[in-house]
Amino acid sequence: MGSRELMLGNTANGLFWTYRFLERAENMSRLIETGQRIALTRLSSSDEQWLYVMQTSAVSEEYKKQYSIVEKEAAVDWMLRHPENKSSILSSITSARQNAKMVRHALTTDVWEAINGSFLDIQKLLKNKTREGDLPLILRTIKQSAAVVRGATYGTMLRNEEYDFCRLGTFIERADNTARILDVKYYVLLPSAKAVGTSIDNVQWETILRSVSAYGGFRLEYGHEAGPSDIAKFLILDKRMPRSLIYCCDIIKLHLLSLCSVYRNKPPSLLQIIQLQNRFLTHDIDAVFKFGLHDFLQKMISLFGNLSNQIEIDYRFYE
Amino acid sequence: MSMSPAFDEMWADGSAVRRPYKNIKAWLDSEDRPSLKAKRRDANDLFRLTGITFNVYGSSEGEERLIPFDIIPRVITANEWNKLCQGLEQRVRAINAFLYDIYHSQEIVKAGILPLEMLKNNPAFLFQMIGVNPPGQIYTHISGVDIIRTEENEFYVLEDNIRTPSGVSYMLENRETMLQMFPELFTKNRVQPIQNYPQELLNSLKNTLPETAENKPTVCLLTPGIYNSAYFEHAFLADQMGIELVQGNDLKVVDGFLAMRTTQGHQKVDVLYKRLDDDFLDPLNFNEKSSLGVPGLFDVYRKGRVTIANAPGTGIADDKAIYSFMPEIVQFYSGEFPLLQNVPTWRCAIKDQLQYVLDNINELVIKQVHGSGGYGMLIGPTATKKDISNFKKKLIATPENYIAQPTLSLSTVPIFTNKGFAPRHVDLRPFVQMSPKKINIVPGGLTRVAMSKGSLVVNSSQGGGTKDTWVLEN
Repeated sequence: MGSRELMLGNTANGLFWTYRFLERAENMSRLIETGQRIALTRLSSSDEQWLYVMQTSAVSEEYKKQYSIVEKEAAVDWMLRHPENKSSILSSITSARQNAKMVRHALTTDVWEAINGSFLDIQKLLKNKTREGDLPLILRTIKQSAAVVRGATYGTMLRNEEYDFCRLGTFIERADNTARILDVKYYVLLPSAKAVGTSIDNVQWETILRSVSAYGGFRLEYGHEAGPSDIAKFLILDKRMPRSLIYCCDIIKLHLLSLCSVYRNKPPSLLQIIQLQNRFLTHDIDAVFKFGLHDFLQKMISLFGNLSNQIEIDYRFYE
Repeated sequence: MSMSPAFDEMWADGSAVRRPYKNIKAWLDSEDRPSLKAKRRDANDLFRLTGITFNVYGSSEGEERLIPFDIIPRVITANEWNKLCQGLEQRVRAINAFLYDIYHSQEIVKAGILPLEMLKNNPAFLFQMIGVNPPGQIYTHISGVDIIRTEENEFYVLEDNIRTPSGVSYMLENRETMLQMFPELFTKNRVQPIQNYPQELLNSLKNTLPETAENKPTVCLLTPGIYNSAYFEHAFLADQMGIELVQGNDLKVVDGFLAMRTTQGHQKVDVLYKRLDDDFLDPLNFNEKSSLGVPGLFDVYRKGRVTIANAPGTGIADDKAIYSFMPEIVQFYSGEFPLLQNVPTWRCAIKDQLQYVLDNINELVIKQVHGSGGYGMLIGPTATKKDISNFKKKLIATPENYIAQPTLSLSTVPIFTNKGFAPRHVDLRPFVQMSPKKINIVPGGLTRVAMSKGSLVVNSSQGGGTKDTWVLEN
């Protein structure tokens, strides 16, 4: 550990949540992009598909409290910038920046300026209601901002405890997101699901794959003949896919192990991730289907929640 | 007293450019206005990106403003600086000795120099500090002394900021911004560097350890939190010093020592660089409603188990009523004549002086004794009749709350406005670090500038701006 003192629990907390919110903002922009693309390229699509997009990001219930009907303009505004939506892009990037501000001293100047610059740009772009013509630029800016923050993090942060907490935040949020995206339409991924049309030419599947930026990658690796259960396999058990559950859990374990070697202990959070992997991620996809895909995903979401809470306890985030 | 035209640090009497500004003039002559405007815009973007902004009290959550930054540097020669430093060192040493004295045997009162009432009835006198021995006998780890210039060779101390001097992040970031905007200026001019301020401060604090500190002392910076107006400065300094930035809820008294909550439990803290008012420091010993402080912290301090910088109770030394005694204070503790002058000051609490102030109010600046930030003051020459008659009533009702000073003509330095170059009034806040080993003054300081024509109010809370401050090498 060198000559430095231990880091504050509160600082670990701030870093963890900065990166959770950054990941959330990025995922939300990907979902909006997916929704928009399908709306523009499918003759049969209706405003109702935005409900599905919002369900995917778990923001549809709150939306329904604010609006009586699902229509595109309101849905996009809800996900982009509505202050009542705590997971909207604007809310997420604001929370990320707020947390980063709290832990400014634990970030490199490059990372801080990347986060602060992204916040200032996005805040400006989302100041007023977005015109449809501006949507591509806005979504591109958000994706680029995320890339710049990621690059600055990768390129300038020391590989120390601070970095471990940043990465834990990113990957717990990501794992949770992927599990939710799958769970919303789990039934279209069951081996028994009757696909309409050709194999992956299905709005539902396309939405799922595009929501995790995996449309091209999936086709490349699994080919045009691949079926719905392959999508489940790809997003749950494929270690090459950086948003799959198995990949996220590997990275989470890596950073928990790294913290253990710094602190020379084995806290419950480490045991939790190892158990989670052993119990749920060491089998093939058929076993997952046998367990029940929906039950499996629900279990994962709840275990990720427990893990996040346990990390907060183990590393004294609050007390 | 009539307002004579101010001394301009670039043009002096208006005929020829003063020597230290020769290169500045050549530079400004060679630049065209549109490109300077573009650079000014870039500079502002840079400040926003770095996050060197201040939060505005009372405005909506998260509103952050930039302090206006002017691109024309303010230049001080090595000779001028060296003279200032001698005066600053003498003054800060005397203030530190004064603080020790008033919280111990009060020799200055016994000697009949300072009336006991000045302490007794003063809310800035912290009775809890009586008899407390701060580690290394240091109270004033950091002082920000506001200096104004009125002539080629006339410098005055306008006030001593001792309780929680702020603004040093602007000094550092102004320089960083100039280095990025106009690197060629630093190739052509020999400007003394200031960048080691945070490291020097850390060293200075580590030279003032409590006796209980072990091998690797832990220093941290205590902030009231992200909504405090100076939060960015706190985060900036913690980052630059490589120390933890803590809030009250990160700290706790454990087994009689101050400790911070790390990811692995509580760890002892040796030095607390506090950026929080004394009143909020410890709800058990001071304001019981404070949720920003640490219960029991002052008990740890009293036992000499933690250094607090600056020491609690130092606010008495920047009280404006005490200020008027500063020449006597410096002489009493240093045995020398003060090298830096005070601005002449009338104490309204004294009957004759109050009468003088009432009779000459049109020409004076009236300040609240316990005020800061330029609030609650009256500038006689520019005030309306109504303001003056209102203020007179206040003076008569509570004279002890006020002091008065002549409206000194602060020197001017050109700023770059939309209409070209124009002189504006400035002051200077150098930052003095003190440890038992030495006094250290980084060559420079914060130059504050009143952005509107004729204004003498340089406070950032009231629209004042800042400039990079150059101390040239000999």
